[in-house]
Amino acid sequence: MSDLNQQMAERYKNNFLKEIEEQAEMGEWVKMCMQCGLCSGSCPTNFHSGWDHPPQEIFMLIRAGKREEVLNAQGMYMCTSCYNCYVRCPRKVPVTHVMHGIAEYAYRIGRAPKNQPTMHLSRTFWNNATKYGRVNEVKLTQSLYFKDGLGAGIKKAMEMQTVALGLVKAGRLNPLEAIGGGHKCKDLKGIHAMLAKANELEAQRKAAKG
Amino acid sequence: MARKEYAFYPGCSSQKGASASNYLVSVESMCKTLDIKMTEIPDWNCCGASVSYAESGELPRHVMNARNFALAESNLPGQDIVATCAACWLGARESKERLEHSDRLMADTQTALKEAGLQIKVIPEVRHMVEVLIEDLGYDELKKPVKKPLAGMKFAGYVGCQTNRPFGIAGESFENPMYLDKLIETVGGEAVKYDQKVTCCGGALAFSEPEKAQAQIKDIIEAAYDGGAEMIVTPCPLCQANVEVYQGQINKKYGTKFDIPVLYYSQLMTLAYGGSAKEAGLNGNVVRARKLEEFAGK
Ligand code: SF4
Ligand code: SF4
Ligand code: SF4
Ligand code: SF4
Repeated sequence: MSDLNQQMAERYKNNFLKEIEEQAEMGEWVKMCMQCGLCSGSCPTNFHSGWDHPPQEIFMLIRAGKREEVLNAQGMYMCTSCYNCYVRCPRKVPVTHVMHGIAEYAYRIGRAPKNQPTMHLSRTFWNNATKYGRVNEVKLTQSLYFKDGLGAGIKKAMEMQTVALGLVKAGRLNPLEAIGGGHKCKDLKGIHAMLAKANELEAQRKAAKG
Repeated sequence: MARKEYAFYPGCSSQKGASASNYLVSVESMCKTLDIKMTEIPDWNCCGASVSYAESGELPRHVMNARNFALAESNLPGQDIVATCAACWLGARESKERLEHSDRLMADTQTALKEAGLQIKVIPEVRHMVEVLIEDLGYDELKKPVKKPLAGMKFAGYVGCQTNRPFGIAGESFENPMYLDKLIETVGGEAVKYDQKVTCCGGALAFSEPEKAQAQIKDIIEAAYDGGAEMIVTPCPLCQANVEVYQGQINKKYGTKFDIPVLYYSQLMTLAYGGSAKEAGLNGNVVRARKLEEFAGK
């Protein structure tokens, strides 16, 4: 177990619901769920493999204090942010954001599965977007393909080659972005200082809870 | 002076040379005809998009959007922010709501913004281009400049998720929004009925879990064909790209023969207003819209 995970488990002892309420963004909504199942039935990734626990079940497990089951679950990483559940929930639970909040929390305490592809995307996307203030689509794609090493990256890139070539031909993918051309904000210094401050404040606030 | 002025938030994908650059081209043409002035928010930044939730945390995500609010407010006072990308719109609008409802988040955001020499007084309204067209101009005004109706052409209006949920366009239902169909009809086209109008295309999972997203995309395209559509029309750059660029891979995997062009509403409007193929950004479509290219040449 990672240190932070251990610390949190100890701090909240047997109260996993409280842990989620205080530590996960929008976690305070979990107790509003009345287990109707509408969210699970609306979820587009419902029928895919790997979708072990739909939102309704995740919320039930949280209330039952099943810390390990929830932190080991894959379901929250399957979310496409389609907001079907969000608009349909009769209790107005912002399901999409609760799912993201739980995933973010699992990641923060070192419990997100290694190599979970959507978590990898999440990380890569944010780092890419904040480095230059705007997304560099070529670098984003590169780091996504090559996450499993050079061999796997080349294989994936070959499979995607026709897709990429089509975009380049249509003027919608600029190979120059790979070598430092491409889109950037001017005030990068300001952006980075602002984000450093935001991270600092967020960490303080989360540590103060519990 | 133009009849309407807005602070434009193009978003990363709509920049020159990026994946939705043809959206940008057609929006510019459309706005020119409609006498709408869109001024880019100086030095705007990415909103972070939904998928970065894990790495971004809460405050940093809102702070990114807040920077755009502050820049719009100080440089383009009194103007609403208008996004063309559904995800940018959603991200920014969500941040606006959260900041306005939480004094603590707002105070922390101001502290962070100060590091970049910025500050927020009143957060401007955050709107999608489609809202502006429908609410500030209205279908009648949008119809007036039509010179060449797209008569006899059949389109499947693919609304997808994030232009529709959670905020949506005022007065429309989440399950069967009609605005895109109405836009198609406004420019003289036929909007076909099909049952995947608001189905999710998989969003960012198209990158991270391509098999899953492609299964969803396949259902959407199949339904559009079944409805008799010759082309698909979308209001969102990610929907557009997802439904268009993987058709070849889906064909290989499932033995389908998909070859259906996927356009933006703004491309249809530009063409109906008499614009050229270039002004409509048709050269930016990966699955070429031959019928429209011919139409534009006439
Ligand atoms: S739709 Fe809402 S109330 Fe129903 S199970 Fe899902 S979260 Fe709970
Ligand atoms: S927002 Fe996420 S959890 Fe909710 S229905 Fe869509 S994919 Fe499922
Ligand atoms: S949603 Fe996408 S296009 Fe829009 S600003 Fe964010 S990353 Fe860029
Ligand atoms: S349809 Fe797909 S791309 Fe469009 S908003 Fe929904 S998830 Fe995003």
